[in-house]
Amino acid sequence: MTPQLAVFFVLAALAVLGALNLIIQRHPIHSALSLIVVMIALAGLYLLMGSEFVAAVQIIVYGGAIMVLFVFVIMLLNAGVEERTNISKLAGIAGIPLAVALLGFLAAAIARSNESAQAGFESSTLANTKEISTMLFKDFVYPFELTSFLILVAILGAIVLAQREKS
Amino acid sequence: MVPTSYYLILSAVLFGLGVVAFVFKRNVITIFMSIELMLNAVNLAFVAFSQARHQSDGQVFVLFVIVVAAAEAAVGLGIIILMARNRQSLNVERVDLLKL
Amino acid sequence: MISFLNANATIIIYLVKIALLLFIVLTVNAYLTWFERKVVAHMQSRWGPHRVGPHGLLQPLADGAKFLLKEDPTPAGVDKFTYFLAPLMALALALTSIAIIPFGPQPLHLFGRDITLGIADLNIGILALFAITALSVYGVALAGWSSNSKYPLLGGLRSSAQMVSYELSLTMSVVGVLLLAGSFNLRDIINAQAHHPERGIFGWNVWPQILGFFCFFVAAVAETNRVPFDLPEAESELVAGFHTEYASFKFAMFFIAEYTSMITVSCLCTIMFFGGWLSPFPASWTFTHYLPSVILIPFGLWVIWDGIRYETIFGRIILPGVGSAITAMGAVLIAFPTVNEFIQGPFWLLAKIFVFLFVYVWMRGTLPRFRYDQLMSFGWKLLLPVSIANVVITAFAILMWGAR
Repeated sequence: MTPQLAVFFVLAALAVLGALNLIIQRHPIHSALSLIVVMIALAGLYLLMGSEFVAAVQIIVYGGAIMVLFVFVIMLLNAGVEERTNISKLAGIAGIPLAVALLGFLAAAIARSNESAQAGFESSTLANTKEISTMLFKDFVYPFELTSFLILVAILGAIVLAQREKS
Repeated sequence: MVPTSYYLILSAVLFGLGVVAFVFKRNVITIFMSIELMLNAVNLAFVAFSQARHQSDGQVFVLFVIVVAAAEAAVGLGIIILMARNRQSLNVERVDLLKL
Repeated sequence: MISFLNANATIIIYLVKIALLLFIVLTVNAYLTWFERKVVAHMQSRWGPHRVGPHGLLQPLADGAKFLLKEDPTPAGVDKFTYFLAPLMALALALTSIAIIPFGPQPLHLFGRDITLGIADLNIGILALFAITALSVYGVALAGWSSNSKYPLLGGLRSSAQMVSYELSLTMSVVGVLLLAGSFNLRDIINAQAHHPERGIFGWNVWPQILGFFCFFVAAVAETNRVPFDLPEAESELVAGFHTEYASFKFAMFFIAEYTSMITVSCLCTIMFFGGWLSPFPASWTFTHYLPSVILIPFGLWVIWDGIRYETIFGRIILPGVGSAITAMGAVLIAFPTVNEFIQGPFWLLAKIFVFLFVYVWMRGTLPRFRYDQLMSFGWKLLLPVSIANVVITAFAILMWGAR
């Protein structure tokens, strides 16, 4: 059990527990906090794999901006606890073992595949940030500029949608 | 060193949990959060493959996925605010008719 | 025992460094509150704390004891988990950001090992600090919401909206420095300013990046919710803003988080714009290496002289003791040249951080606060375009004339 494997299991367990907590909790703010935990765990996994820039961007954008947006909306809309549902118990009793079995098959298929490569800390010639930025500004410059346009459209859309009606 | 398949299995588990949350929860904001969870699972798979093959294309694509998720969250939450204002409820089971 | 220490040396060194840094940061926090009260008081022609210990120096201890011993009520109807999580999150994030800051260029040689000053030397140093700043919005927003009361909710929403708005200008104003340095690593940023050591103070980043420095400083003051941007927690406006319903120790956690983020921002300003641990004098003036001793020895002697004539007996014992310790430190620096060389870097860094903290406290004592709509329009309509313009101008200048 190398240290990296141990760290991987800790972070993976944190991510899975966060996702389970998102399903189990009944108040949306607690689900949002669990999702933040999942995102931070995933950022840790990216760091473990050597993608430090993606890890930092994940925390800054996902954890620090998108989830803040979710938390604001939950606070402003005063979302309360979810009501009890009348979903059938049979779905739970039959569904959960089937889902676990499907997941087991999927995991076995993945593990038995030819992916013997190790997603490790293999250092490339350039630093991670430099490599990503070179590729982003040379090969992918057109999609990059398009995303800035996309964000502008999203800002305009959000402003128009959330306006009070002029009555 | 951690084998790539471990990351892929974790990604599959997170994606599955995202689907479960999407199907079984009734608060529209929680459903939206499960979409973000699914996108994160996909990001993890992208980065795992990118590091296994020592190419940065996967990580560049992850940046684009994050940007698109941000734009989608902004607009989607705007729509949710409108829905909450018009129907006074965040329960998707109440939004099953076009008529108010 | 010794072999156990030798085998796990790296982990033990890290743990000792973390414990030492935490202790130092918390002590500096406590005495920063004393410093602020004294300076603001003297600016307002009054004395400030001067009864608890000589010159009020034991006031932070009394405050700490008060925070620990007061009653800690939990209001009814709060969301228990979030109510307890918010101050924890604020404090943990603020203290984590100190780990990334490098404190000196040369490693310390102890027990045959090189111990670098600074806990984590990350390749994405600045980005990690921004990540922590981005997450600290939650402490404020969740604190305001979970208190189940309207003034904290308003204060929390206003404060987190302010923090999110100024975060953009904060990150954009740093891009100029990153372009000049070519790396996110904080040590590389300082070393890029040391490229021409004969320039001394004129080689620092503040001269090519004066616009960026002002944008960064203003945005950072807004991020830490200090005057003049402290409307969300002002006493006369919103009771006490988002930490109204928080009592003794949880309020202390918010308090420590705010002062620690003040210290972090001062560290960042010095590292990125004012040369970090670089001396303002050109490198060829080696006689300036005696400046720490030249400052410490007279200061120590003055403390002794003031202490001998102090009013209380306690002061007459403590102050000369402190003064003689300071004088002894200054004498040690003259006597041992290797120690003197080692202490040059951290001395200049701490001196510059002290200047920035003084500026923070000075602003608290003199400036009025912004109204909320003025604050938001300032952040979005003035600061953000100026910082983006700074990026464009810097990029253009680097294209024309090269980075150094």
